[in-house]
Amino acid sequence: MPKPTIGLEVHVQLRTDSKMFCACPMEFGAEPNTRVCPVCLALPGSLPVLNRVALESTIALGLALHCHITPFSQFHRKNYFYPDLPKGYQISQYDLPLASDGYLTLPKESIAASFKKVGIIRVHMEEDTAKSIHGASLAHNVGYALLDFNRSGVPLLEVVSAPDLESPEEASAYLVELRAILRTLGISSGNMEEGALRCDVNISLDRGTRAEVKNLNSFRAVRKALEYEFQRQCERVERGEAVLLETRHWDEAKGVTIPGRSKEEAEDYRYFPEPDLLPLEIDVRWVEQVHRSLPELPEGRRERLASLGLHPSEAITLAHNPELACFFDGALEVGAPPKETANWLLGEVQRILHAGGKSLEETPLTPVRLAELLRLIQQGVISSKGGKALLEVMLTSDRPPAELVEALGLAQVSDPVQIRLWVQEAIAANPKQSEQYRQGKEALLAFFAGQVMKKSFGNANPELLDRILKEELQATA
Amino acid sequence: MIVTLEDVRHIARLARLAFDEEELLAMRGEMEALLSHFSRIDTLDTSLVPPTTSVLPLANVLREDTPHLGLSHEDALQNAPEQEGGFFRIRTFLEDAFPRVPALQGSERIPAKT
Ligand SMILES: [Zn+2]
Repeated sequence: MPKPTIGLEVHVQLRTDSKMFCACPMEFGAEPNTRVCPVCLALPGSLPVLNRVALESTIALGLALHCHITPFSQFHRKNYFYPDLPKGYQISQYDLPLASDGYLTLPKESIAASFKKVGIIRVHMEEDTAKSIHGASLAHNVGYALLDFNRSGVPLLEVVSAPDLESPEEASAYLVELRAILRTLGISSGNMEEGALRCDVNISLDRGTRAEVKNLNSFRAVRKALEYEFQRQCERVERGEAVLLETRHWDEAKGVTIPGRSKEEAEDYRYFPEPDLLPLEIDVRWVEQVHRSLPELPEGRRERLASLGLHPSEAITLAHNPELACFFDGALEVGAPPKETANWLLGEVQRILHAGGKSLEETPLTPVRLAELLRLIQQGVISSKGGKALLEVMLTSDRPPAELVEALGLAQVSDPVQIRLWVQEAIAANPKQSEQYRQGKEALLAFFAGQVMKKSFGNANPELLDRILKEELQATA
Repeated sequence: MIVTLEDVRHIARLARLAFDEEELLAMRGEMEALLSHFSRIDTLDTSLVPPTTSVLPLANVLREDTPHLGLSHEDALQNAPEQEGGFFRIRTFLEDAFPRVPALQGSERIPAKT
């Protein structure tokens, strides 16, 4: 069975406030052509000036990917004609990418294979093009395209991996990890649906001739296209046919890749240095300064969380969700126990949020309040079951948890006299079961516990109840 | 000199320019003149000159990431060949579906629908 060799080329939209070479605001979903200026419309005489945050975001990603940051860099013009590119060239980088020669590590649990380094060949900066909408949607627009230049000049990073990935699952895991790094750095939304992450893949069998599949715009598409392409190439080889060096496109509806139009001529972009932009000189101090400002990255985070006793899958989930990880750390800061916090945050909290279709930020729940809830359980004020009921309310109410316990009548009853009374009532009301228990049918303990829970509206302290119940059942003999 | 007609055709195609045979020949002559002019530079000893892309003693000219609005919507669209719903409307390019594939123009321009 041949093995697939996969490399990914990912385009990342940065989340700066303004565009890459002009001050136009970045706003996803704005009315078309309302965030434009002479620079991003390519009007004659306009000049680009590089956005400092875009540059520093690129350095940050380069460092997060263990890359070498070049001390000298510059932009090039990539020349080609296309209506979404009104200058006739894209400002990009060519032989001097800002960052190169790094790697990304894949977590242990996300795939069957173990801990793995995936090489990063380069990270370079370029500008996004305008968005073209092709006319099929409106009958009178057939044969026409509509152009929106709001996207023109949005900062893009191109991240090129080495062909180190060996399955569609690994390619997925790589994308998930890259997105986690981008989100942790806060430099991109990483949202594939909104086009903030776009992926081209290349795949070959046993490092033979590769085919490229372009414009994969969802995690699912990446996986499906790779699975299909692997299968297709295997079948060609079995038939004794060669795999062709070509660019293919993913047809989402049919679930197949189809060949792009064969080009009569090889791509010839006539790259040359962009004379409108001055070179970049990035000294060691600057790189160090960015390095010091880096947050804890997913790789280090999942290792730290695992060392706190979290299950690897919990550590990975938190490392892939920077907001959740911050929430988790916030709760730990005010003394919440790590395992329980992870358990509740990833279990019950997510379950309720999911059922209500809400995100954590939309609720009044804070790390401090979750920590309080866990303390109430730990101290026996409420049962774990009571905690779940309390949490449900805490996700919509900002009243203090202790007050809610009162208001909802969730306080656990730990008074042995009261519990004994309930137990005695339950035994008296069920003489037959009580007799069967004494004859050895110990499963009936749960039946009696249930009876008492009913009387206590679920608030009897379970451990106390268990102990008193056993005592009383024996004593009745 | 070494500019072939094939070279001129290739460059013309990249530039989306359409030339007839006579124009191609004229272009070849002009390109050869240009290149031979530049070839004089090759005779200079540049072994001690570092490769450079900018003649200005400047680097790292950056702007802060502060947004402000540029052109009004009306101004932006005022030279649009056609517009619709706030978009520039242009005649479509080839099969539409696949970005990044250069469009054909010049002599290969898609004829206007009649
Ligand atoms: Zn602009």
